[in-house]
Amino acid sequence: MLDTKSIKKDFPILINNPNLTYLDSAASSLKPACVINKIKEYYEEYGVNVHRGVYGLSYKATDEYEETREVVAKFLNAKAEEIVFTKGATSALNLVAASYGMANINEGDEIIVSELEHHSSVMPWQEIVKIKKAKLVFVPLDSEGRITVENFKKVLTSKTKVVALTYVSNVMGYVSPIKEIIELAHVVNATVIVDAAQAAPHLKIDVKELNADFLAFSAHKMLGPSGLGVLYGKYKLLNSMNPIEFGGDMNDYVEKYDSTFKDAPYKFEAGTPLISEVIAFKEAIYYLEKIGMDNIHTHEQKLMNLAMAGLKEIDGITVYNKTCETGVISFNINGIHPHDAATIFDQNNVALRAGHHCAQLITSWLGCVGTLRASFYLYNDAHDVEVFINSVKQAAEYFKEWNI
Amino acid sequence: MNSINDLYRQVIVEHYKNPRNKGLKEGSEYRRLRLKNPSCGDDVTIQIKTNGNVVEEVLHDGSGCSICCSSASVMSEVIKGKTIEEAEGLVEDFYSLIKGEEPRDEESLDEAMAFVGVSQFPARVKCATLSWKALGALLIGEEGVKDIHE
Repeated sequence: MLDTKSIKKDFPILINNPNLTYLDSAASSLKPACVINKIKEYYEEYGVNVHRGVYGLSYKATDEYEETREVVAKFLNAKAEEIVFTKGATSALNLVAASYGMANINEGDEIIVSELEHHSSVMPWQEIVKIKKAKLVFVPLDSEGRITVENFKKVLTSKTKVVALTYVSNVMGYVSPIKEIIELAHVVNATVIVDAAQAAPHLKIDVKELNADFLAFSAHKMLGPSGLGVLYGKYKLLNSMNPIEFGGDMNDYVEKYDSTFKDAPYKFEAGTPLISEVIAFKEAIYYLEKIGMDNIHTHEQKLMNLAMAGLKEIDGITVYNKTCETGVISFNINGIHPHDAATIFDQNNVALRAGHHCAQLITSWLGCVGTLRASFYLYNDAHDVEVFINSVKQAAEYFKEWNI
Repeated sequence: MNSINDLYRQVIVEHYKNPRNKGLKEGSEYRRLRLKNPSCGDDVTIQIKTNGNVVEEVLHDGSGCSICCSSASVMSEVIKGKTIEEAEGLVEDFYSLIKGEEPRDEESLDEAMAFVGVSQFPARVKCATLSWKALGALLIGEEGVKDIHE
């Protein structure tokens, strides 16, 4: 187990809310003081624009901003020029569809997605398919709801041009065999876009080892500021793509009827970027690296095992992802709508998510209107699990009296 | 757990388990409005039959949480037999109740008064009001299917 006693002290929100049991990190993580302080440092010490000023403070701000690009690149084993800052994973995935998809998808082409996808990994491709008269193909999930290599092979054809799949499901917590999938997809020259929003906060990612073409994630799920995301793309691919937003900072020469663009990644960062957020994001990555991604993953698995063992003892509940290998539990109290159950958790200061988690395809697949989802991160401890289990017990008992 | 019992009053649980006036009817004398809240999955269809100025029948169907479903059931009983003006007044009264304000006519709200606790649970306000919103729209002549975004 990690030294959660000292970790908790790094998160001001946990100090200000001593009774909070925060189990909603899959929606958004809490932020450590180092990230919050860095935002303050930027605004108080060098809070000016980047890439433009010809004065000292602007150089300082630009250096801090570009340093994060280097830090993110190193975190992923990529090159700095392969890192595009976006408004979030959603915006990163949309960028790939709107630019790469629009330029490369033709009538009859196939795009492989799955029912495990977050809406932002499938909806942009639904739009491309409509415009281009292409076809959306779903990997059949296995009986547990997993994407398997075997099932992926069944849908991969010579018509497959794009594979857009989640690395870690935000509802089921399953880790997809993404490396094998990428290898297979490349045999038919398909391009693979990895939704790593739920993976980057919890697993060590090496884009070179995965050989991913594109990979997207959000800062706010991994201790970083909200409103910021990252798109990794192989440089050759990125630089071949057209920007989808035009204007400030992304251009070289602007003439009356045409303009030239900067090279990637800058051509995709039009306008004044999320300066304080980008600058502070590197502190989040330093923090994660100091603790170690492998240690974080192991810690979450231990909490997960503890929680699963506790849930096993409770009658009248259904756990949907018993074999999950990351810190996400999706469950319901039998016969009880997740929003009814959520109110009990809320009363106990247990923050968890109830609903479809922006992944309606998988809740439909499960045959329920939604689930309760508890998710663990590095600041959670055995006590949090205990409070959680007691709340589940309390809720199960409370609703048992309804006799539904 | 006191405040939880403030929310899930016996009347609410009872109507959730045994909904009254559930199931829609065919016929041109019935008008229906379906309201869906895509963010939580609540999906309610309210159907009314009016005769002159009187709401003779209120029917409902759909799926959702206990607050949403029982609210439709309670509403169907409370509104049945009221005039359109009275029904409109009760819709306003119910909104007041849910906002934590005092409704003008507690007596006519009858069993709907059981939803008084909802005001302590801001996250559940939209569940309690969905079917009343559908009724309010039907009373001013709207029909069809709508998504509610909150």
